[in-house]
Amino acid sequence: MSEPMREIEVTVNGKLHRASVPVRMTLSDCLRHEFGLTGTHVGCEHGVCGACTVLFDGHSARSCLMLAVQANGHEIETIEGLESAKGELSHLQAALRDHHGLQCGFCTPGMLTTLTELLRDNPSPTDSDVRIAISGNLCRCTGYEGIVAAALDAAQRIKDAGSRA
Amino acid sequence: MNRIVGTSVERVEDRALLRGQACFVDDISFPGLLHAAFVRSAEAHALIRTVDISAALDVPGVRAIWRMEDIAHHLSDPLLKVALPSPAFRQELHRPTLSDQEVVHVGEAIAVVIADSRYIAEDAAALVMVDYEPLPAVSDCKAALEADAPRAHSSQPHNLVAEFTMGYGDHETVFASAPHVFHEELWQHRGVAHSMECRGVVARHDRLEDIITLWSSTQTPHACKRVICDVLGLDEDKLRVVTPDVGGGFGPKLVFYPEEVILALAARELRAPVKWIEDRREHFVSTTQERDQLWDMQIAVDNDGKILGLRGLLVHDHGAYTARGVNVPYGSAAAITLPYIVPCFFLDIKLAVTNKVPVTPIRGAGQPQAVFAMERLMDRVARELKLTTDEVRRRNLVPPELIPYTTPLKTRGGMQVVLDSGDYPATQAAALEKADWAGFRARQAAARKEGRYLGIGLANYVEGTGRGPFEPVSVRIGENGRIHVASGAAAMGQSTKTMLAQVVAEQLGCDMSNITVVTGDTAAIDYGMGGFNSRQAVMAGASAHAAAKKVRAKALTVAAHMLDVGEQALEVEGRHVRLKGNDERKVGLGEIARALAGLPGYYVPGGLDPGLEATERVIINDMTYANGTAVVEVEVDPETGLVQLTHVTFAHDCGNVLNPQIVEGQIIGGMAHGIGNALYEWMGFDENAQPVTTTLAEYLLVSATEMPMKVDIVHLTSPTPLNELGIKGVGESGVIPMTAAVAAAVDDALAPFNVKITRVPITPPDLVSLIEKAAAP
Ligand code: FES
Ligand code: FES
Repeated sequence: MSEPMREIEVTVNGKLHRASVPVRMTLSDCLRHEFGLTGTHVGCEHGVCGACTVLFDGHSARSCLMLAVQANGHEIETIEGLESAKGELSHLQAALRDHHGLQCGFCTPGMLTTLTELLRDNPSPTDSDVRIAISGNLCRCTGYEGIVAAALDAAQRIKDAGSRA
Repeated sequence: MNRIVGTSVERVEDRALLRGQACFVDDISFPGLLHAAFVRSAEAHALIRTVDISAALDVPGVRAIWRMEDIAHHLSDPLLKVALPSPAFRQELHRPTLSDQEVVHVGEAIAVVIADSRYIAEDAAALVMVDYEPLPAVSDCKAALEADAPRAHSSQPHNLVAEFTMGYGDHETVFASAPHVFHEELWQHRGVAHSMECRGVVARHDRLEDIITLWSSTQTPHACKRVICDVLGLDEDKLRVVTPDVGGGFGPKLVFYPEEVILALAARELRAPVKWIEDRREHFVSTTQERDQLWDMQIAVDNDGKILGLRGLLVHDHGAYTARGVNVPYGSAAAITLPYIVPCFFLDIKLAVTNKVPVTPIRGAGQPQAVFAMERLMDRVARELKLTTDEVRRRNLVPPELIPYTTPLKTRGGMQVVLDSGDYPATQAAALEKADWAGFRARQAAARKEGRYLGIGLANYVEGTGRGPFEPVSVRIGENGRIHVASGAAAMGQSTKTMLAQVVAEQLGCDMSNITVVTGDTAAIDYGMGGFNSRQAVMAGASAHAAAKKVRAKALTVAAHMLDVGEQALEVEGRHVRLKGNDERKVGLGEIARALAGLPGYYVPGGLDPGLEATERVIINDMTYANGTAVVEVEVDPETGLVQLTHVTFAHDCGNVLNPQIVEGQIIGGMAHGIGNALYEWMGFDENAQPVTTTLAEYLLVSATEMPMKVDIVHLTSPTPLNELGIKGVGESGVIPMTAAVAAAVDDALAPFNVKITRVPITPPDLVSLIEKAAAP
């Protein structure tokens, strides 16, 4: 039984990646182990924890529940792509730091991608909007309070700066 | 006076984590990396007849498949003997490295497949055919102790793995004459730690130097190294254990696991780096768990509600093997009386072996169960004697004038339990005030008019923190002026590096960016206990403080020589020692380090020992006791059984606070875990001890929407005299009183239905059936 392979081309954080991958390889494994983008984490591999969330053509998606081949020709954004070209943290990243919205940081990639999408689509979220948005992202460390505070603060910072998340 | 300690400085961990640049164990990769997958028991209890690996070996890309018989010759002992010693043991139930005779829980490892990819390894693992002869299994700890219960291990005559008693005073006499004796049977269900990162190990063997490096997401790297060296017969310079970034620990990662030794062996024998990453389903069946305990308790009180005595039976589910010791029930038993004056106490503690995943500490380590038992009893006393629940506690809390209060209890190491600091009544009062306890009955009455059911409850805890005897820290300043800190402490997400950097920075220039901290690397420091028992800020903090002070003193002495002034005139500022307030006359820390590195044929300046460095292993044998009070307000829907937390107030005293933001983060995180234990987290096993919740869709963790609508934290500060920084541990406190406080609040909300919560988690179906039962004539 030899492993069926496919060539894929995926744009990740604006950069084109090519690889030959087993057809059954998950997108999370492909990002992490083929492309070396280990910032996306895998916490359950069954679609519940949300740590593996990436932006797939701009929409949050669980990369553990997708196959790498499904990403062929698509654009993906991961935690590694959130800071500015100059290496400055995004407003959301900085707010997460300032509000102690991360401890071990394992859930952080999924929180960041999910909330980046939220703040893009809903620039003035309420506390409950934020909680609902991340209700599919589990964190065992923080109790979420710092994350929610960070998201609300980031929305304000974005408004103040007239920029994106 | 402090500039860094006590402030919410930016964490040194954050930048890498926020940019996706941290390095967790599964982020480690090497050319030629092989991948391991384990074949695990599908049976809760069975004899293994055969393990047929022939089909699996045929899978292309498989490099090796090992059963016990394939590796036994490499092992000094087939069993992992890691139990903490205790005279309480009646049976020795060590885990085998791989099981080859009898499996005693679903999930124990039987074989390992090592292959070119994880996918191939898992394919092949599924083709390993294990022929089982099923045996009857026992899944309930109470049933396990009955005479006719199936034996969890067929080699043993019974299921009582250990027993001991704890107590003082003459309970027979006290209970015989007490005006009131109340009895409760209380039960707390098993939960899983569920760090968001599962366990994982990577091992690499360097052939040139014949050294194995093992990266493990462990909380105890030095202990891990010791076990592997013992089992594989390695000299200690032939193995290095490193803890990379760890995605949460919460207890189970302090335990040594078979995968760690097998990976080390595989890397050496297969001459290739090997990785194993636990998946979430494995985490449910192979990583240790905790909490099932049954408390059958009696409390004796006088007519004023003052406690006269406490006694009963604690049945503790030990799981299938001894992976740590009797420490969890010991911790439970030793915690139950602490907040209160309890004149006599007797507890009979029985540890039952069951065919379930082994039990070792999870955040809180037996203390949440004890607090649940004690606080439920206090609520019962209040109800029976028509006192308010706060009043009955006030009458019994250890008063501040008795602190330090020497209890008659001893720690598991035989040291007297002395409540060293704190003001328990003031803590409770602070919580009540912040929670507007006084105004609650009006809120409740108003809501009831609208058909809504509000309830309030409170729980006190006193927590032993800072388990000794020591945690080493070395502080060294390099010749470029950079400060290097190494500690045996292990970081697992609780900001350990920031904490150490803060303590050191306070003495050495207050520049956090000038400090590099290495934790969890056996090559960086010789000894280490690691992360558990809310101990690292206390123990490693004390050593860091002492080491930094030594280095500072040395730097000042040398600088005084170099600048030709008195030491008292100098201060460390940034990367220099300078004349106080004068940036013109200064000497760099790097220059001082260089001077102390010595020149051939010259004196070392100041007649000092060479090297601008110090290693400290401050010994603190006594634990320091933190305390707190949780007040929980809920709204319960009697139709659906839904419990909503409307307000949680948490007043606590962990002594001096090194970093307020981190302390609050620890508390709220623990609180979320406790809310899970109170309402959601249920690790199910059927009557055959088959696990029935093995995904995060079945086992419910608290998400952002289940958190309380409002959280308030109140800090009280009674510094402990036991360490110079005056700090007590805080990492587990948030979880400890939550089940008790939530249960009390639910009771209160459903008082019209006469509902009494005696077990957690309180699930909606359970609650609805309690309401129906109470309503039935
Ligand atoms: S790893 Fe994808 S949702 Fe958990
Ligand atoms: S910070 Fe550890 S899981 Fe969220």
